[in-house]
Amino acid sequence: MLLSIDWILFLEKLILIAIVIFASLGIALYTTFAERKVAAALQDRPGPNRAGPFGLFQPFADGLKLIMKEEIIPNTSNKILFILGPFLAMTAALMTSAVIPWSSDVHLFGRVIPLQIADVNIGILYIFAVVSLGVYGIMIGGWASNNKFSLMAALRGASQAISYELAMGLSLIALLMTTGTLQLGEIVKQQMAPGHWWNIVYQPLGFLIFLICAFAECNRTPFDLAEAENELNFGYHQEYSSMKLGFYLFSEYVNMFISSVVMATLYFGGYDVPFLNESLLSPNVAAIVGIIALLIKVVIFIFFFMWVRWTIPRFRYDQLMNLGWKSLVPLALFNMIITGLFILWFGK
Amino acid sequence: MNVIQVLFWILSAMALVSALMVLLSKNPVHSVLWLVAVFFAISGHYILLNAQFIAIVNLIVYAGAIMVLFLFVIMLMNLNKDTEPQKNIWMKLAGAISAGCLLMILVSLIKQAPELQAKTAMMNEGGIGLIANLGKALFNTYVVPFEISSILFLSAMVGAVVIGKKD
Repeated sequence: MLLSIDWILFLEKLILIAIVIFASLGIALYTTFAERKVAAALQDRPGPNRAGPFGLFQPFADGLKLIMKEEIIPNTSNKILFILGPFLAMTAALMTSAVIPWSSDVHLFGRVIPLQIADVNIGILYIFAVVSLGVYGIMIGGWASNNKFSLMAALRGASQAISYELAMGLSLIALLMTTGTLQLGEIVKQQMAPGHWWNIVYQPLGFLIFLICAFAECNRTPFDLAEAENELNFGYHQEYSSMKLGFYLFSEYVNMFISSVVMATLYFGGYDVPFLNESLLSPNVAAIVGIIALLIKVVIFIFFFMWVRWTIPRFRYDQLMNLGWKSLVPLALFNMIITGLFILWFGK
Repeated sequence: MNVIQVLFWILSAMALVSALMVLLSKNPVHSVLWLVAVFFAISGHYILLNAQFIAIVNLIVYAGAIMVLFLFVIMLMNLNKDTEPQKNIWMKLAGAISAGCLLMILVSLIKQAPELQAKTAMMNEGGIGLIANLGKALFNTYVVPFEISSILFLSAMVGAVVIGKKD
């Protein structure tokens, strides 16, 4: 034997990774459908209802349409990077899911299987690193298209992402001060402990800042400046067609799903069910209840994302930058100082 | 060979190939992207050494922020093959010889250094690279230099804003 690896552990993690990725993609697929339905409901019209019962097969029809379309790569583009762009956007969107605790441990075949791909003790920093890499997909795609509108949109998108990462990081620091750990599994366990509330109670302002930054990082309205149609035609993916365009549009939905999961995990107890002592249930039942609880929280967040999108118009670019640098960063610093003072005086 | 050794060789090969590609690429944007790949490989090495904090901060600061800034500048300057200055062949030769000499001196120094002889890197052990230990060391033993350097960074930031602001 050349390598000494715990093969069962390896297989276990591989299966878990496959499940998480396919589940993220599947949920993102139906989020596109939900988005159209929510938009329709908010605008008082029926929405997609032709493909299958209630239009439930609509996302597959959309996907098939995108794949069947002609694949156009502009002659003057940088071909390698043009193809690399959408892949990077998708990879960065999916990578965050590695550190998220989906539920409590499962007992299967005499093994205790944690439903988390990697419980690294730098979990939050890992999320932050992946978020900061998300810029590359936009920038490379926009630049490689060799189109001035695309480049403008890519620069806007990247500077927006970088600006809002700062406030996001600062709001996370305040959260870390209360939890005292960067390990996501540990953060959820703390919130589940009896007598301890969800972190939203200790960090309401921090959550608000994180939420706004999450909107900006996902390029969602009111912060979808990177694809402002009326100024930039279509945005950084102007030259893209077929499934490469699909990847860009789709990675936005994956991002939305993952950031909802992160928010639920950090501030809303993760897989914790309120007023229920999970340790009384048998471990496997507790795991299933936990994952359902987490998904319900996530669905609420995703609905909120859509609600905001179809309610609030887009910011102007200077308003976006002013909000990021002159409001959110000072607010996040203030939140950090307040948190520090609380910890100092009340010894929490 | 155990897993760590296999990972070490893969990461080393990745780092070296990417570093070579940084120099050999004609397109500056490709160079920047290869440099990002180098940072990823180096971060992998840090993780093998159990220095998780520095691994992730390497990614956040260098790959996530500084390289994005590089990309911004290069994309806006619109550099390409035509605008690249052509150096004459003697300059290239002189550069290669002097850099080679420097490399030789460095290698021989490292080979002879008594601190490094008959030592191997500690793989996957030792706790100083973990974030809790590092934080305690920084804020207890080294708090004064840490605070002074953070003030230095703050003043550099304020200076950049003042210079960049048009009035």
